[in-house]
Amino acid sequence: MLSERIIACLDVRNGQVVKGVNFEGLRSAGDPAALARRYNVEGIDELVILDVTATIEARRALADTIGRVARELFIPLSVGGGIRTEADAAAAVDAGADKVSVNTAALADPALITRIADRYGSQAVIVAIDAKRETADGRFAVYARSGQRAAGRDAVEWAREAESRGAGEILLTSIDRDGTKAGFDCELTAEVSSAVSIPVIASGGAGGLDDFVDVFTAGRADAALAASIFHYAETSVRALKEHLRGRGIPVRI
Amino acid sequence: MIALIDSKAGNLTSVKKALATVGADLYVPAAPEDLAHAAGIVVPGVGHFGATRALDAPWIDAILARIGEGRPLLGICLGMQWLFEGSDEAPDLPGLGLLSGRCYRLGANGGRGVKVPHVGWNSLAIERGETAILEGVDSGAQVYFTHSYVAPITGDSAAVTEHGENFASVVQRGYIAGVQFHPEKSGEVGLRILRNFLDLAG
Repeated sequence: MLSERIIACLDVRNGQVVKGVNFEGLRSAGDPAALARRYNVEGIDELVILDVTATIEARRALADTIGRVARELFIPLSVGGGIRTEADAAAAVDAGADKVSVNTAALADPALITRIADRYGSQAVIVAIDAKRETADGRFAVYARSGQRAAGRDAVEWAREAESRGAGEILLTSIDRDGTKAGFDCELTAEVSSAVSIPVIASGGAGGLDDFVDVFTAGRADAALAASIFHYAETSVRALKEHLRGRGIPVRI
Repeated sequence: MIALIDSKAGNLTSVKKALATVGADLYVPAAPEDLAHAAGIVVPGVGHFGATRALDAPWIDAILARIGEGRPLLGICLGMQWLFEGSDEAPDLPGLGLLSGRCYRLGANGGRGVKVPHVGWNSLAIERGETAILEGVDSGAQVYFTHSYVAPITGDSAAVTEHGENFASVVQRGYIAGVQFHPEKSGEVGLRILRNFLDLAG
């Protein structure tokens, strides 16, 4: 039976992990390769490197970071953040990424999804969707530019289009829940997951162990992504997986 | 030297890195005649079965010649499906035909409602005891899959995996082996399988 995946996200700026790293006892706490090693030992299923910079210099640093993380890991590695062109995707893949994640650029030019999928296969293309609940009608609206600008698209409808254009997975982030530790938005995740046949990775809001139970059951997620709860070592990957297994959710231990 | 076949579909970086990690001396042959001195052949591959069209008659002849000399071959993902007679994904394109049977889409046989493509970590149920390619791998070990089409279960199946239905996830017939999953992305279990292949190649 297919396991539910636990994915750790490393937000990287200038070669260092920037989000919520405060793990005492790990000497180079801000080094992505060191964190990646630790997560791998703990049994993480997959890693995402999210580039949160935009300068040319930082882009070169990113390639170096991807290379250092990929060198000793034999699990899937995705790279996202600022991938706007096929050349950006190629640079990430050449540096060692197995998958690239596109967001704002795909909203502006949906054919980008197909072009990357044609070159590397759909399994290498993740479409990241940042969604926010609209108070007026309870629907979920898509936001571009790191949640700054309404894209004028419905999240469910955009996920369907992304699938039809060749996306292999959807990385779905709830803007409302991001950083709150109030739990994943299971309603959003279930709506999108039911509408597409490709896997949906839920993101935004991970706090306690039962949040993951909820997103894999009520939320119908195929994978769950978190950053700070692992960085802070509030939750070890191993403890989380044992908790999930205890609740009857298939995981890889 | 292990020959890593580049069918130009997808990216060889991860496979190269994993094979190098387990000690393989690798090269990517530019032309079929470069296969002459291969001690073993790895056929990786992602994407559509139609991508195997790049491996035309001269390539097929060179690969079959090496197999005829007892050099081992490992097919990964699409590379494994290519070992069979063909696939419903590209009905007009024959496979290598070294293994009998035809690949088909997951769920085509009425498997219960699961997502296709099959993406993620799933377990191997080992069917046969002493398969060289699975030496040291325990039944229940998990490996990383990403695919929509599968190979049928036959006498050549060394392990099966369930995703709505059972399919062949590892095959071996003599020196010919194939894995539906990605050993280069399957942690220690995957590296062990690559090491087993190198042992076959001597």
